[in-house]
Amino acid sequence: MGQVRVTMQAFTQLDGLVAAIDRANVDTDAIIPKQFLKLIQRSGFGPNLFDEWRYLDHGEPGMDNSQRPLNPQFVLNAPRYRGAQILLTRENFGCGSSREHAPWALEDYGFRALIGTSYADIFFNNCFKNGLLPIPLPQAEIDALFAQVFATEGYRLKIDLDSQTVTRPDGEVLRFDIEPFRKHCLLNGLDDIGLTLRHADKIRAFEDGRRAEQPWLFS
Amino acid sequence: MPQTLYAKLWNSHVVHQEEDGTALVYIDRHLVHEVTSPQAFEGLKLAGRKPWRIGSVVATADHNTPTDHWDQGITDPVSRLQVETLDANIAAFGAKVYFPFRDARQGIVHVIGPEQGATLPGMTVVCGDSHTSTHGAFACLAQGIGTSEVEHVLATQCLLQKKSKTMLIRVDGALQTGVSAKDVVLAIIGRIGTAGGTGYAIEFAGSTISGLSMEGRMTLCNMAIEAGARAGMVAVDATTVEYVRGRPFAPIGADWDKAVACWRTLVSDPGARFDQVIEIDAGKLKPQVTWGTSPEMVTTVDGEVPDPTLESNPVKREGMERALAYMDLAPGTSIKAIRLDRVFIGSCTNSRIEDLRAAAQVVAGRKVAPTIRQALVVPGSGLVKAEAEREGLDRTFIDAGFEWREPGCSMCLAMNDDRLEPGERCASTSNRNFEGRQGAGGRTHLVSPQMAAAAAITGYFSDVRDWLR
Ligand code: SF4
Repeated sequence: MGQVRVTMQAFTQLDGLVAAIDRANVDTDAIIPKQFLKLIQRSGFGPNLFDEWRYLDHGEPGMDNSQRPLNPQFVLNAPRYRGAQILLTRENFGCGSSREHAPWALEDYGFRALIGTSYADIFFNNCFKNGLLPIPLPQAEIDALFAQVFATEGYRLKIDLDSQTVTRPDGEVLRFDIEPFRKHCLLNGLDDIGLTLRHADKIRAFEDGRRAEQPWLFS
Repeated sequence: MPQTLYAKLWNSHVVHQEEDGTALVYIDRHLVHEVTSPQAFEGLKLAGRKPWRIGSVVATADHNTPTDHWDQGITDPVSRLQVETLDANIAAFGAKVYFPFRDARQGIVHVIGPEQGATLPGMTVVCGDSHTSTHGAFACLAQGIGTSEVEHVLATQCLLQKKSKTMLIRVDGALQTGVSAKDVVLAIIGRIGTAGGTGYAIEFAGSTISGLSMEGRMTLCNMAIEAGARAGMVAVDATTVEYVRGRPFAPIGADWDKAVACWRTLVSDPGARFDQVIEIDAGKLKPQVTWGTSPEMVTTVDGEVPDPTLESNPVKREGMERALAYMDLAPGTSIKAIRLDRVFIGSCTNSRIEDLRAAAQVVAGRKVAPTIRQALVVPGSGLVKAEAEREGLDRTFIDAGFEWREPGCSMCLAMNDDRLEPGERCASTSNRNFEGRQGAGGRTHLVSPQMAAAAAITGYFSDVRDWLR
């Protein structure tokens, strides 16, 4: 009891290349199409991130993705975004299905942080469980970032989780909010199951009380 | 102080709270299916952990399973492995009950929970599936979770969460004949948008909602997530209690009476304060049809495809243009002029017995249009299918030219063989019209069961109100 393991990649600071997807309501079906949800592992989803937008043919599990024709129109295929670790997005990113395969695919592709106006609730939660930092910023700041990314090849941002800041190349510092508990877990790469199990006695006591009062919930 | 239903559910399940408000919320019911559970069970095994209370788990295979030729099993080897992995995990860890592939009670996870009485009022319900909001119809705090959270709930019986804001959507007035819960919820999403409910728990109330059956309330809560809200809910009333009575896992005897007394308190107190209130006049609602690639891109059956050049917000305008290009629709096209290739009646939104009855009422004595390539009816569970067959609904559909299938998620997300071909257009009773949702390149229009049935008959969208007058 009480053992708290470090199971996910911690997030402290990042100086990364920024890629931008300029559309609202990007859903998790688009981030990772359903045929890849048939797989039973947690890793290896990166090559199929945005599969339907990214390739010209139809992808299925087990294909050699390196042999597939890329869609030259899709932003992430642009050479200037190769190796990007930060994804700039619009509002309601990650809406739709609860599939955690979406953050798994983003993380496996190489992204460590997202910057956007807003995220869907379940997706937002799922990111934190996988060492992926979703940063919300006001609309005007996001608009300015889009303009700068499009205007500047090799555009990079510095993210510092401890001070909750994003620093632009021109020195402008943008502050973001994050819940203290999530920040603590992410900074230390903590396994939240281990953290929760420190309260095992409380959970057990709660459960016993509930069982006594509403036994039908436990039959 | 008067409390909202959400606050009552929340307060009665908080085990522990961190300083920043992050709480450990106790989970009463955990629904499990094959797609989002393998990695969670694997994680549990790797960490050498045991499930906290495996008796809370109700499991079934639904997303990947075929809906025809059940004698041949699951022919896709990747899908089969996933379903067999669930079989093996349940064999190893246990469950309160498991309805495997081909069991008479198998079905869509959100249909079987209520059907079995495994979903009871006042419960916290989770499932690795966003449409878990469905169970909120029973005054449950029911939410979709990711796979890491599935593992967390398996290991600790708790979910880590912060309290949501509350939104009251009050719908009052009588619905016109031919206008259903599906139309109500599509109209709501059209009004508040797909992110309108983000960060909120929605309570649906008002005379229209009280007048809905449990099936209708489930349709409504099912799509709360399409409005961005993780949870939607309806207060307990006599309809709720009568639906639960006599279900296999419902309490009996003295426990039943005690439970009912407890459930009756699951309402928002008069004067309870909500962070946001939305009011809808149900009498004005018409049948809804989505025209784009997000559930908020919706209009009425007598409307037309909107013109993006009239939209002032540039991000929205571009979204509309992209959606129209994907859907191959021109601005100004009348909704009734849109020709369909396929029709799908099914999914956890609209595959319960009442949905099938409503659709059959429209289909009876008519024939599917020759231009329709396929019209599918996929009941939500084995028991729904059996009941429909007892009532002869299967004959009504088959005689009209529909295919009558085995239960499952089917063409709602097309993980099995039921799918649209690229470019095909479908009238669907499911909940998502995202690009590629029903098959790569497929075009989805979300509608009610009666609207889907009418579309199958004429091959175009038609106003089902004209058929039922
Ligand atoms: S029917 Fe569709 S929405 Fe419902 S659980 Fe199945 S795949 Fe998800």
